[in-house]
Amino acid sequence: MPVISFEHVSKVYPLPAGDVVALDAVDIAIEAGEFILVMGPSGSGKSTLLNIMGSLDVPTSGEVTIAGNRISGMDDDDLTLLRRDHIGFVFQQFNLIPLLSVVENVEYPLILKARQNGSRERAEEVLEAVGIAETHFSHKPGELSGGQQQRVAIARALANDPDFLLCDEPTGNLDSKTGTAIMDLLDRMNREEGKTVVMVTHDPRMTDYADRTIRLVDGRVA
Amino acid sequence: MIFFDIAVRNLKRHKVRSVLAAVGIIIGVIAIASLGIVGNSLSVLMGGLVSDVSDTVLVTPHLAASSGDPFDPRNTLAARISERNLGLIEKAAGQHRAIPMILASERLQVRDVGGYVTVYAMPADDIPFLLENEAGIYPQGRSSGVMVGSLLADELDLHPGSRIEVGGESVRVTGIAAERGMGIDINPDYALIVTEDWYTERHGDQDYSRVVVKVSDLSEIEGVKAAIDQQINRRKEVVDVLDSREILEIYYETSDAINIFLLGIGAVSLLVASVSILNVMIISVTERTGEIGLMRSIGARRREVLVMFLYESLILGIAGSLVGGIVSIAVGYYVSASVAEFFTDFAMSGGAGIPVSVVIGYVAFAMAFGTATSIVAGFYPAWKAAQLNPIEALRYE
Ligand SMILES: Nc1ncnc2c1ncn2[C@@H]1O[C@H](COP(=O)(O)OP(=O)(O)OP(=O)(O)O)[C@@H](O)[C@H]1O
Ligand SMILES: [Mg+2]
Repeated sequence: MPVISFEHVSKVYPLPAGDVVALDAVDIAIEAGEFILVMGPSGSGKSTLLNIMGSLDVPTSGEVTIAGNRISGMDDDDLTLLRRDHIGFVFQQFNLIPLLSVVENVEYPLILKARQNGSRERAEEVLEAVGIAETHFSHKPGELSGGQQQRVAIARALANDPDFLLCDEPTGNLDSKTGTAIMDLLDRMNREEGKTVVMVTHDPRMTDYADRTIRLVDGRVA
Repeated sequence: MIFFDIAVRNLKRHKVRSVLAAVGIIIGVIAIASLGIVGNSLSVLMGGLVSDVSDTVLVTPHLAASSGDPFDPRNTLAARISERNLGLIEKAAGQHRAIPMILASERLQVRDVGGYVTVYAMPADDIPFLLENEAGIYPQGRSSGVMVGSLLADELDLHPGSRIEVGGESVRVTGIAAERGMGIDINPDYALIVTEDWYTERHGDQDYSRVVVKVSDLSEIEGVKAAIDQQINRRKEVVDVLDSREILEIYYETSDAINIFLLGIGAVSLLVASVSILNVMIISVTERTGEIGLMRSIGARRREVLVMFLYESLILGIAGSLVGGIVSIAVGYYVSASVAEFFTDFAMSGGAGIPVSVVIGYVAFAMAFGTATSIVAGFYPAWKAAQLNPIEALRYE
């Protein structure tokens, strides 16, 4: 049973100038533990696909099942809880909260889930696992390098022990050496922790890491 | 709770902005509380002024323009009550005592101090009826001297036997009237009291400025009023007849109006403060759009985003209200103490301090109002934040 399945999923943005079809009848099944790349030209619908996989967005038509939940008919709170409990996002912009320290950023989703403080240990454990030194725990994200910030973001995505990681160009803002280190980290999480990874990238060298690559062209799987 | 922490931290990060927004609330709270207290001080004072004259019916000349308020300065204009009408009033008053009086102003010179004072001229045998004697004797007949109000006597260091100059003529002080406080009939503490004969000898026969009827039995007040009205005002309004209850009502209406006006000013200042909170919160939400998107993507529900931003405005409101409350307790005490002191010196016999509970009450009201205002002002931006689409918010730069 696939952890994510798309059946005839379409996403249409109705615009005054005419409808934009971001996804066109996409069928995808992703098994637990897979490392999947999503590639395609700009505007081909990669981010749209990832957002729907992460229940940040809902399709215009078709059926999406995430971790056993059919998302049609779920309300906003249900989708939010689905994200909280099953999904970890990693973004190109890192999107760390500048006000919070490194360890607090990682603690944030834990607190959202447990609804109380006191998840410091788990946050530290995850930070160590992604290779952030303890001396950086109390720093503000702005005081870290890009690669370190992305590691913190990955730690945050992993904090609630999600079933899968959804990464939208996680190395897009990093130089190639740092990018490779991040890829190695994701690869390790995939192999050692058994996390399913779905990652959008423009970099053809990344295909080495992947079990398979989904290619999108104009919203269709090519 | 992490939402509270984040709210606190964000407010700290933008210290100047937060402090300015809180200052708005501080000013609003102080305005409401202290204006409320001032208004209440005035009511307390006014209540004190008129509470002791329930046995009085005041007859004043009717002026077309008169408002019926005995403190209306227009009442001292030329209109008078004639000797004939006095007769009618006395007839209507029956066994109750009707005291006619002339109010005038005279130049008073004591040693090197000079100025104008109010002079009450009334029949010699009515003076003891209206005023208590603190020292010396009551003025008698036409040749004897004048009586001096107690506060005026204190200020000028006058005693029975002192010589003062009234209207350029040297006269002797016969007695000092006991302190009486402000009343609707007469306010003698800073005045001279002379006999009618003394006055008319110097200024010629005059009609009266007012007639005070002392009603020994309160239940007869209505009857006396109606009788006077019947006697004199049958063909046209010649006099206004007021009893102390009506006068109290006028006072309370006036003081209510003042209170509402003062609270209105306070409310407007809080309204301004709420606009500044609204502004700060809208800026905060806009700045942190990306952060809101992130929160939503890692599992913060709409309600939780709403709560986080509401905390911010709530903290601003509570902090502002606390500071404002403390300041207004200080201001309120100072204002009420000085108002009371001013009136005590001037006219009141007793202290007119405001009860602590009233001060606390107004301050608590103002603080609650300030806090509520900031929650209301913060609600719209917080709601906007909660409604943001997470994808668009994440993409926002
Ligand atoms: N909110 C939106 N409203 C209207 N059109 C949208 C919206 N979001 C995406 N689109 C359109 O949908 C299509 C797919 O967009 P998407 O962001 O998924 O592309 P992408 O493959 O991620 O591109 P890139 O490589 O540049 O990130 C594009 O044509 C885009 O203009
Ligand atoms: Mg994209």
